[in-house]
Amino acid sequence: MRHIISILMENESGALSRVAGLFSARGYNIESLTVAPTEDPSLSRMTLVTRGSEEIIEQITKQLNKLIDVVKLIDLAESFHIERELMMVKIKTTTGEMRDEVRSMADIFRGKIIDVTPTTYIVEMTGPSEKLDAFLAAIDPDSIIETVRSGPTGISRGEKGLHL
Amino acid sequence: MELSGAQILVQSLIDEGVEYIFGYPGGAVLHLYDALFQQDELKHILVRHEQGATHAADGYARATGKPGVVLVTSGPGATNAVTGIATAYMDSIPMVIISGQVSLPVIGSDAFQEVDMVGITRPCVKHNFLVKDVTQLAETIKKAFYIATTGRPGPVVIDVPKDITAPHIKVPYKYPKKVSIRSYNPVVTGHKGQIKKAVDLLLSAQKPIIYSGGGVVLGEASKELIEFTHTLGYPITNTLMGLGSYPASDKQFIGMLGMHGTYEANMAMHESDVIIAIGARFDDRVTGKLDLFCPHAKIIHIDVDPASISKTVKVDIPIVGDVKPVLEQMLELIRESKKKPDGIAMEHWWNQIRQWQAVNCLEFDRQSPLIKPQYVIEQLHEVTNGDAYVTSDVGQHQMWVAQYYPFNKPRRWINSGGLGTMGFGLPAAIGVKLAFPDENVACVTGDASIQMCIQELSTALQYNTPIKIINLNNRYMGMVRQWQEFSYQSRYSHSYMDTIPEFVKLAEAYGHVGMRIDKPEEVRPALEAAFAMKDRTVFLDIMTDQTENVYPMIEAGKGHHEMKLRVATGTSTDRELA
Repeated sequence: MRHIISILMENESGALSRVAGLFSARGYNIESLTVAPTEDPSLSRMTLVTRGSEEIIEQITKQLNKLIDVVKLIDLAESFHIERELMMVKIKTTTGEMRDEVRSMADIFRGKIIDVTPTTYIVEMTGPSEKLDAFLAAIDPDSIIETVRSGPTGISRGEKGLHL
Repeated sequence: MELSGAQILVQSLIDEGVEYIFGYPGGAVLHLYDALFQQDELKHILVRHEQGATHAADGYARATGKPGVVLVTSGPGATNAVTGIATAYMDSIPMVIISGQVSLPVIGSDAFQEVDMVGITRPCVKHNFLVKDVTQLAETIKKAFYIATTGRPGPVVIDVPKDITAPHIKVPYKYPKKVSIRSYNPVVTGHKGQIKKAVDLLLSAQKPIIYSGGGVVLGEASKELIEFTHTLGYPITNTLMGLGSYPASDKQFIGMLGMHGTYEANMAMHESDVIIAIGARFDDRVTGKLDLFCPHAKIIHIDVDPASISKTVKVDIPIVGDVKPVLEQMLELIRESKKKPDGIAMEHWWNQIRQWQAVNCLEFDRQSPLIKPQYVIEQLHEVTNGDAYVTSDVGQHQMWVAQYYPFNKPRRWINSGGLGTMGFGLPAAIGVKLAFPDENVACVTGDASIQMCIQELSTALQYNTPIKIINLNNRYMGMVRQWQEFSYQSRYSHSYMDTIPEFVKLAEAYGHVGMRIDKPEEVRPALEAAFAMKDRTVFLDIMTDQTENVYPMIEAGKGHHEMKLRVATGTSTDRELA
């Protein structure tokens, strides 16, 4: 099963490599990983997506908690949460017909066109990963020049939160 | 007080209470060695290879319970230390390793003797630090000792760039008394509800067994374990790492379990209905094939490391906490409980166990004209009154000590269990002897293992650490040869050394006493003579039966109930291999 693990960790050099190293050393699967500092500059927040049986996910969270740099973590899949991923897609739009097609598709998916050249559009879109997958599926694959995705990040709903 | 980084490092170690530091100098640590030279509180032990430094510090730590401290230079000094760091990591031994590093401005430029020590050691340390600011040095050292010695202990590396230790940069020094780390709070006491559930299950058991490991040694919980076991009256087995934490001479002790454990311990595990694992981690050498592991048992597991619980074997009642307070909590509940262990069930269970014991799985040929290694260990046990500190290397000789030297006290049995590091025994024995100069310290080794760190014989002379080296010389890598005999139709691929040094001459060349023993009747007098030489390191080169194997054995892919026993009638094992 797919799990989103959200980690609050010391914002120190090497902290990221400890997490990445743990996954490779123990043979855990890692689908995506995002990391950035939080409002408290001494802390970073990392979100990673992994897959595995309940036993494996339990081991992953225990092993992550053992890392000295990890302050706290939650498995978002265990509760109601909101998940978002950012994507930018550069699409070939050499004809008027192609431009119309991309514009209407972007509208349907609530994306924004953020850059226009005579031959290309860049569409920006946020949403759950499946929505981004669906948009890509709806576009002619030959017209896609480049896709960049942030990997999902997430936050739990309600008053509960991951903080010190 | 204003001190340079080098002085801060030395003074911090003194303020931390460090007695010995095991090391080897080099370019990146010259400032540090200069600071060491100008003081005489902290004693430096100069080894001959950095691997030796780590094992000696490790042996010191295992014997005393205090953290071992190592100092090595950057690059090759640091990489040579890695095997010893990984050894300590696998057995949860508290150590602090200070490695030199090239100066901060040249890090990353492939400078002379530069290696990414923090990166290389990341998977085999509890934590590591790169010091980037001399004002952080003292606090970093305090943190390193705190992390290394609390919770599940382990090695911590501090990588110190050369410019951090520069003599002309002085900063105010104060060694912190205490340090707290917001992301690190080891659990100590166990969850009350879980403990109650565990006690209920234990008291309703029909075929219980206590399976305890190195955590009892590390957690200084021998006394509590003995009281707990006596109160319940249940059989107890120890892992390789747990030997000595429960007295082997006690009648409730049924021997070691696992691959070369006793028949009775493994059979009792297999047939048990309740297992309580105490500071043990269900290592693969203990469990055998996981699908066949203890099919009828409910399992209680006490461990300070939550990640050890349900890692390989699913546990029914997990208890996270230090072994000592958890056992105290359990004992209190057991005493208060109206329920008592089931007397009739226990009588049946002990009768069954006695039948398994009657198999006499550790019997060996005592009539052989060749020296049986088991006999040597038995004699060693007698000559040292069962009270020596015994270190070992890795292989057959290690298993024979575990089987034939019953330890009655914790911290006496010093071996590399998790990583299985050949070369561990000799430097570890030096570390033990420094800590306990008046105790008997023996290093049981083999002709292959001893050669992996033999250069430390020179260290043993320099620091006058009179240890006794018991070399079970079978002219083979015995354990490799045994597996090749069992699993590869005796194709002894590269497990024999055509050229083995004359160890007696070698020992003499290093300034020690060497003795060669060829006949069984020479073993006892030689051991007595060796231990009578209180102030000399003695190397006993004992020519043992080449074909002897370690029995009993659970072969790969087998369960506890499928042990291979010695064939009693066979004399084939007595013949010398061509």
